[in-house]
Amino acid sequence: MTTQVSIPAAIDVEELSISFPLYHGNARSLKKTVLSTVTGRMAADSRNRVVVEALRGIDLKLRPGDRLALVGGNGAGKTTLLRALAGIYEPVAGRMRVQGSLNALLDPNLGMNPELTGRENIVLRGLFFGLDKQAIAGLAEDVAAFAELTDFLDLPVRIYSSGMIVRLGFALATAVRPQVLLMDEWFLAGDAAFMEKARVRLENLVRGVEILVLSSHMADVVQQWCTRAIWMDQGRIRADGPPDEVLEQYLGHPVRVPPAT
Amino acid sequence: MTASSHLQPSEHASLDLSANQRWSERHRSAWRDVREGLAQWPLVWTLAWLDIRLRYRGSLLGPFWLTLSTGAMVGAMGFLYAVLFRLELRDYIPFLALSLVLWNFLAALVGDSCVAFTSNEGMIRSVRMPFTLYAARIVVRNLVVLAHNAVVVLVVYLLLWSWPGATALLAIPGLVLWLVTALAVALLLGAICARLHDIPPIVASVMQMAFFISAVIWKPEQLAEREWVMVFNPFFCLLEVVRGPLIGVVPSALIAAAAAGYAVTLCGVAWVVFARVRGRIAFWL
Repeated sequence: MTTQVSIPAAIDVEELSISFPLYHGNARSLKKTVLSTVTGRMAADSRNRVVVEALRGIDLKLRPGDRLALVGGNGAGKTTLLRALAGIYEPVAGRMRVQGSLNALLDPNLGMNPELTGRENIVLRGLFFGLDKQAIAGLAEDVAAFAELTDFLDLPVRIYSSGMIVRLGFALATAVRPQVLLMDEWFLAGDAAFMEKARVRLENLVRGVEILVLSSHMADVVQQWCTRAIWMDQGRIRADGPPDEVLEQYLGHPVRVPPAT
Repeated sequence: MTASSHLQPSEHASLDLSANQRWSERHRSAWRDVREGLAQWPLVWTLAWLDIRLRYRGSLLGPFWLTLSTGAMVGAMGFLYAVLFRLELRDYIPFLALSLVLWNFLAALVGDSCVAFTSNEGMIRSVRMPFTLYAARIVVRNLVVLAHNAVVVLVVYLLLWSWPGATALLAIPGLVLWLVTALAVALLLGAICARLHDIPPIVASVMQMAFFISAVIWKPEQLAEREWVMVFNPFFCLLEVVRGPLIGVVPSALIAAAAAGYAVTLCGVAWVVFARVRGRIAFWL
């Protein structure tokens, strides 16, 4: 069912740190302002610039079959870690290696242009995925069928209902199965009617990938889908282990056993 | 039911990123970026073409509005300046048409380059793509505009029957030089402007000044014996290696060498800057 790809997927992260320089405005006064809000995450780098340390000394090793959940409060560094794994933010310190094809579901409307028609958006995304003409035709068919666009496919996305836009975005993002799938939590939110269908498609996708890294607030999803969880706090790994244990530490109370599926 | 038809991404990417790269590694990463960006030419072409289409969606003439407005500009300015400069109309109009069309390309390219990365913030922060892709998109988009505007020049040549002859072929090496330099400029300005937000207004005013001092609407011959100072104007030299042959003038060896020198310098600076900051651009957006 899975691929003919020979190299198994792998993620190796060693001592990874990511920090954001604060260039804009007056760094000195900004320093004071931000210091009072983001305690303990501010530092000055070697050239005395003010930086926000988004990730600090992350070590991580994932192999095929691993399903990792990232839990933690807002601003704990979950999304930054996903972006770093996707190669969007390059390491400021340490090293990061990802082997195998990768898809990051970070932005629901990635590259979607409201002025273009549904079909044009599909072609554009297909090109972004590096697909050839034939594969793009297949992509258009698959996405159109899932998103139930039919007559709207050749009309600008601008006139779509919001539900149609969500379906199109979701169908597009989940149409390609990579070896490594990175997913942000927004992906699990959506209107109820669409949710059931989306969930089936997403579970299918997740089952087919070799490595999954999921950032989520939803305890039941973490328990059902993941084999390992990491609690991120202030850019560091605070706890790492089986989902039940980590969730219990993070939430401060034992989690209920998920209903059998 | 549809879920089983998942497609595979065509290439298997593998990433190996580390901090504190040595220069040799930086060069390799930058080179890989350029190579991979250019390898995506179908995407570059589609993005560039869509940019143009979107700008004129719903308009009757579409991109030919550009042609029309350039034509009107040439008509309006041509007669006035021919009188002001006491130049032969038949001689001056083709020169002006060509000059304006080429200069519009250069100016728009430089202007767009300033927002090469900042205007793609959403994309850059959600998917790893070669930065060269965004730079190439700007170059190709402006080439499409240039192709539309070229109609004005052809019409003027046709009306005044002033074809440049075989000398025009000499513009080809000039155009190749432009293409390479244009990509370098887009990468350089794109990166610098992402980091320093004061640069775009400076670039805009430099380009405006350059328009007046680079013999776009006046002829370099009007400087008479002081024409040689133009060799110190990079804009003029780069403009002249393409414009000269297209109005039947072979650029002097000095101008051609100067243009090549400026282009190589620009590409060199762009390369060093890009190799140095490539990994940081995403943090600046």
